[in-house]
Amino acid sequence: MDVLGNYKSAISARSTDKDITKKSQDGGIITTLFAYALEEGIIDGAIVAGPGDEPWKPEPVVATTKAELLAAAGTRYTISPNLYLIKEATRSYGLDRVGIVGTPCQMQAVRKAQLYPIGMRDVDDKIALALGIYCMENLSYQALEAIVEDHCNQKMESVKKMDIGKGKFTVYTERGAVSQMPLKLIHKYVQPGCNVCLDYVANLADISSGSVGSPDGWSTVFVRSMKGNAVWDGAIAAGLFETKPMDQVKPGLDLVTKLATEKITKNQKNVDARKTFGLKADGTAKGLRNPYESP
Amino acid sequence: MAEKITIGELHLSGCTGCLVTLADNYEGLFKLLDDYADLVYALTLVDVRHVPEMDVCLVEGSCCLNDKISVEELKEAREKSKVLVAYGGCAAYGNITRFCRGGQWNQPGHEAFVPISEVVDVDLYIPSCPPCPQQVRNVAVMAFLLLRGNEEQKNLATAYLTPLMQLAQRGNEACGCDLMYDVINQGLCMGCGTCAGTCPVRAITMEYGKPNVNRDLCIKCGACYSQCPRSWFNFDVMNNYEGIMDAIKGAMQ
Ligand SMILES: Cc1cc2nc3c(=O)[nH]c(=O)nc-3n(C[C@H](O)[C@H](O)[C@H](O)COP(=O)(O)OP(=O)(O)OC[C@H]3O[C@@H](n4cnc5c(N)ncnc54)[C@H](O)[C@@H]3O)c2cc1C
Ligand code: SF4
Ligand code: SF4
Ligand code: SF4
Repeated sequence: MDVLGNYKSAISARSTDKDITKKSQDGGIITTLFAYALEEGIIDGAIVAGPGDEPWKPEPVVATTKAELLAAAGTRYTISPNLYLIKEATRSYGLDRVGIVGTPCQMQAVRKAQLYPIGMRDVDDKIALALGIYCMENLSYQALEAIVEDHCNQKMESVKKMDIGKGKFTVYTERGAVSQMPLKLIHKYVQPGCNVCLDYVANLADISSGSVGSPDGWSTVFVRSMKGNAVWDGAIAAGLFETKPMDQVKPGLDLVTKLATEKITKNQKNVDARKTFGLKADGTAKGLRNPYESP
Repeated sequence: MAEKITIGELHLSGCTGCLVTLADNYEGLFKLLDDYADLVYALTLVDVRHVPEMDVCLVEGSCCLNDKISVEELKEAREKSKVLVAYGGCAAYGNITRFCRGGQWNQPGHEAFVPISEVVDVDLYIPSCPPCPQQVRNVAVMAFLLLRGNEEQKNLATAYLTPLMQLAQRGNEACGCDLMYDVINQGLCMGCGTCAGTCPVRAITMEYGKPNVNRDLCIKCGACYSQCPRSWFNFDVMNNYEGIMDAIKGAMQ
């Protein structure tokens, strides 16, 4: 499979809803699509990364209104275990059509839960819309705290937005300060599980989106599945997005391909290196588990 | 339509939840029985007293070593079936029966309950307590394709069933601790929350993005570990999720 996964179309897009773009991370693709799907009855609710009990610590929530979607808009560069609610959403919340947003690994978890619903009773046909966000790596909350407070020298609670782009991690504060650190210093903070991750652009989502490839404030969107296609066409027909063809924006799809290839190549090496991680007494290699080969 | 396969359910020391799960496919069960599989043996559902020859035998419940009939029936089922499935947490991992130490009405002498793989070789696991109707349905459809399908269908079914067969090779112990041992300790967890979402007894919470297992609550059903995308993930199958789900849906229509 291609590093960008299967897709039907790739578009550069931005939401036409100002309430959303004010709060969203990039082009507001995710929040706009969920708001549209809620309105149209395509979903009854969506699992998103809502506000948690500490600044910038997300908590998975089931959003059933646009206000709740808005409260969860934007990127938190730390783990939000969104799959935690996937079965619960069909139980306590009684949703028949569930939306869910997540990183590529979370989209993998969604598809595994559908194809192998081992402990996921009645979930498979209730996933109505799975939206993916690109992801190079993720951080534990403590790592994010170290980056923001130690490296960028800002208090977590004073931060208005965090962003990754052009080789830098940037923090914008409520009072207008901008602090940056080079992205390469982040590597030691990355959660180890990300080092074996073989997906950058959420290949298994119905629709996936991220900033890379498109100009600031815009997003690069991959429409991937039949379901995703129908939802995207509907949202476009409803006038919810401004769009530009991918080959007419800078830096374009080549950068997405480049970053995806870099991530997957590097992490495939990590997966391979695990085979010979240790040493047995007889001099042969002692390996770690490879989750892509067997349980 | 190719000739149907034969399926049976052998009931050992389980709560009948697995059997009910089979029935929880509702009209899907009728579709399975109409087109793909004849149910040749099952407590309350089929009036047959002795274990017959069958293609697939789903074994529910752990095996009580002090119950001679259970041990014999299990061995007989092994001899008479092509594919023997540990159906549900008790058969696969012992589940709640791991905590049994006898002294219960009306068989106080029954105290040794083991996962069935301690008594016979097992081909495939369907863990969790109870297992999911959709998982049993998927395995039944795939077993049909494996035994009766064309070359392409056989390959798909093999790819699909392989991890569940590898689970049977992995062993007969599983609990929430496996997330610690085989996922987190191995540097593989990425905090998706699937394990916590899947646990039937809510023994797992997510603390700062990683699972925390309350070991007093865990019943050892094995759902969290087998559902975790980092316990195993087969790209071949999962990358074709749309086609496979459509195929299963189509088969059930
Ligand atoms: C850890 C991480 C790394 C990323 N790396 C890249 C990258 O390398 N390149 C790139 O182009 N884009 C990356 N993104 C995606 C990007 O930051 C935006 O999330 C994406 O472009 C969507 O923006 P939007 O304006 O369309 O969405 P919005 O309308 O702002 O909605 C974003 C949605 O994502 C949810 N969300 C926020 N944080 C998380 C989280 N941690 N886990 C799960 N869901 C969450 C929110 O609840 C919201 O529903 C990353 C995102 C994360 C969380
Ligand atoms: S890098 Fe991969 S494993 Fe890590 S959070 Fe992103 S998608 Fe998940
Ligand atoms: S399901 Fe696996 S990868 Fe996901 S949080 Fe649990 S242990 Fe970690
Ligand atoms: S933690 Fe929960 S899901 Fe995991 S084995 Fe125990 S009871 Fe089953």
